[in-house]
Amino acid sequence: MTMARLQSAAELEDLRADILARRDPAKPCIAVCAGAACDGQDSATVAATFLAAVDQQKLGGKLEVRTTGCHGYCEKGPNVVVTPGDICYFEVSPTDVPDIIAATLKGEVVERLVYKDPVTGAKAVHMNEVPFYKHQTRLLIGDNPKIDPMKIDDYLAVGGYAALVKALSTMTPDQVLDEVKRANLRGRGGGGFPAGSKWETTKNAPEKIKYVIVNGHEGESAAFMDRAMLTGNPHKILEGLIIGAYAIGAQKGFMYTRHDMPLLEKHVRNALTQAKEYGLLGENILGSGFDFEVELHFDVGIFVSGESSALMRSIEGNPPEPRPKYIRTSVSGIWDKPSNLNNVETWANVPQIISRGAEWFTSIGSEKSKGTKLISLSGNVVNSGVVEVPMGTPLRTLVFDIGGGVRDGKTLKAIHFGGAMGGSIPASLLDAPLDFDGMSKLGAPIGAGGLLLMDEDTDMVEVARYLMDFLTKESCGKCVPCREGMQQMLQILTRLAKGEGKKGDLERLQDLVEVTGVASLCALGKTSGDPLKSMFRYFKPEYESRIVDIAGGSESK
Amino acid sequence: MTEIVLTIDGKEVRAAPGETVLAAAQRADIYIPTLCHHEKLEAFGGCRLCMVEVESRGWTSYVVSCLYPVAKDIVVRTRSEKVDKIRKVLVEELMAHAPDAPELIRLAEEYGADRDRFEREASFCILCGLCVRYCNEVKQKNAVSFFDNGAVREIKFVPEIAKEECWDCQECFTICPTSYAQAAYLLTEALAFPGQRKSHTHKTHTPTIIPIIPVAVNSR
Repeated sequence: MTMARLQSAAELEDLRADILARRDPAKPCIAVCAGAACDGQDSATVAATFLAAVDQQKLGGKLEVRTTGCHGYCEKGPNVVVTPGDICYFEVSPTDVPDIIAATLKGEVVERLVYKDPVTGAKAVHMNEVPFYKHQTRLLIGDNPKIDPMKIDDYLAVGGYAALVKALSTMTPDQVLDEVKRANLRGRGGGGFPAGSKWETTKNAPEKIKYVIVNGHEGESAAFMDRAMLTGNPHKILEGLIIGAYAIGAQKGFMYTRHDMPLLEKHVRNALTQAKEYGLLGENILGSGFDFEVELHFDVGIFVSGESSALMRSIEGNPPEPRPKYIRTSVSGIWDKPSNLNNVETWANVPQIISRGAEWFTSIGSEKSKGTKLISLSGNVVNSGVVEVPMGTPLRTLVFDIGGGVRDGKTLKAIHFGGAMGGSIPASLLDAPLDFDGMSKLGAPIGAGGLLLMDEDTDMVEVARYLMDFLTKESCGKCVPCREGMQQMLQILTRLAKGEGKKGDLERLQDLVEVTGVASLCALGKTSGDPLKSMFRYFKPEYESRIVDIAGGSESK
Repeated sequence: MTEIVLTIDGKEVRAAPGETVLAAAQRADIYIPTLCHHEKLEAFGGCRLCMVEVESRGWTSYVVSCLYPVAKDIVVRTRSEKVDKIRKVLVEELMAHAPDAPELIRLAEEYGADRDRFEREASFCILCGLCVRYCNEVKQKNAVSFFDNGAVREIKFVPEIAKEECWDCQECFTICPTSYAQAAYLLTEALAFPGQRKSHTHKTHTPTIIPIIPVAVNSR
């Protein structure tokens, strides 16, 4: 069914009221997670079994079944959440479907499928009692179980596009910008650069044509939260982007994401079509006089295409090679026009900042890092998944209270943040708060938010070798320090990992880290040595022990 | 447009807005080493040898002078401990591929680079891209191009184009700092179109192939 474009803010609110009036909050809804991890556990069959059962038993009037994006608790998928009450069922298989339906209709709980504490055996039925969830603040990802990502009406039902309405009908672009600046929203893609300042640069750039871009590339290893957001709730990111475009004065936006995620592509394409149909994209959005359109673009399968200038070259149709940013992309980006690029999670934060205000937003988080942060938990952790906590949360909470600690009863050796360009810190520093600046000082910058746990058996030389191997394959190869420096570092690390280090290898590594860090063209090369820096800071003896001294030999310098 | 005054190695230099630090330095007879720079080509910023130290508003940064635009009152140092170290390590990295390239040998002497510091992988090409860019920007033929990325990146001649275009030109051979362009071309010719040189149909009959002169290096 196609519907007529909404002509005004009032029409949108009427539509929302109509959607809500047709929904009975007391009617049970079974939400089946179709996020990447659950999908891998064949949650699609679980969802299909629910739908078939509802169909056969003609339960449509009594029961809703919804296929949703990622709920977060990937470890225990397929996840099923039943509302009202947010009853969580884990590791659900198609054979569990009849029991869940029967219990739900009777207002009961299937005890055998709820969370059981691995130590005490204590059960937790509701989401706010499950340890994995109860220590989180799920402002961004919390809507995922409530939304079928293919249905814009589901997003409207949870208050979606209300921030856009507010911005377009009650605020000037300057006021929107000011709100984001005062919220001190910092970029979630890795740098933590203030989003408001970036917006302002593009806004103030003299060129009339301006672009806004969602960076949904998410190439960082062990990071999968942007994918969960963009696949599970694409309209939230789109709403943020439209608001940003309004503030900046951009006429066109790009969503740049991965070519290798069919579900993500399907959901984003569908969201763009629906938003256009509803008049939330296109000319004269909600009668405000503001025109804005969005195009979807895909990467070419290389890590560096997530780097801002490379990404922009890619959108132009050129190979994704970074260019030096002596003139920033916010001033001269796509086709040399001012282009403001923010990460998926950064855009996702915008609607709530506009709806609830900068004061509310700055009340969450640490002194200099505001709001919540999505974290992908993986590695030797008990509970892998997508997690959202306020900035400033101690890492210990993430690792133990939410993550459930280390797998197989082992002890924690280190944690690693920020993927191949991040760093590792020892378990002794676990009381540090999750904070952009604090973590950078420790040598494990948050990056995009991939957090890896490493247990006592982890070989820290192998960790660095593995990450360097990844980066050498992902470098574009244009500049010497990145292409050659990383290749040499990889060779040395490979030797060390085998226990065949030569005298002088650590000094060579140190020189390579230093020169690659300062001389490389883009952030990929510049930060490629960061994991090694953290290794030298905290785990140097492990590296020294891999050097074989050739007694009396004529070893090379 | 107003002139910009900046300082390079203690010398006051005047430059036009938009000019690069390298261009300003060259005009003032201040030498900055380069490998991927060519006056006929757009700046590439790949070799990073032209990196200099720039002091601006109390901040010191390291930038490639072939791309960095001049700015009022900046202080540029073309040599410093750090700059020299960068150049030394870069030369050492490149010598792993082309240990006997004359230009690299000269630079190695200047910056104290050890040609054997890093594991040798004699590909002979240092991927400065002069051939690729010259063929694209000046000749507009694209007979030679970059292939692949990262550590496995290489230059290759495209046989279909090379067969038609290269015999008469070969201008990239003379700008190649390691003679690899010539070798890559000859290999392509030998493999893809042996004996199919169309010399008789062309005006130039003398092949411009440059003899490869081995550089005498007394080392192990």
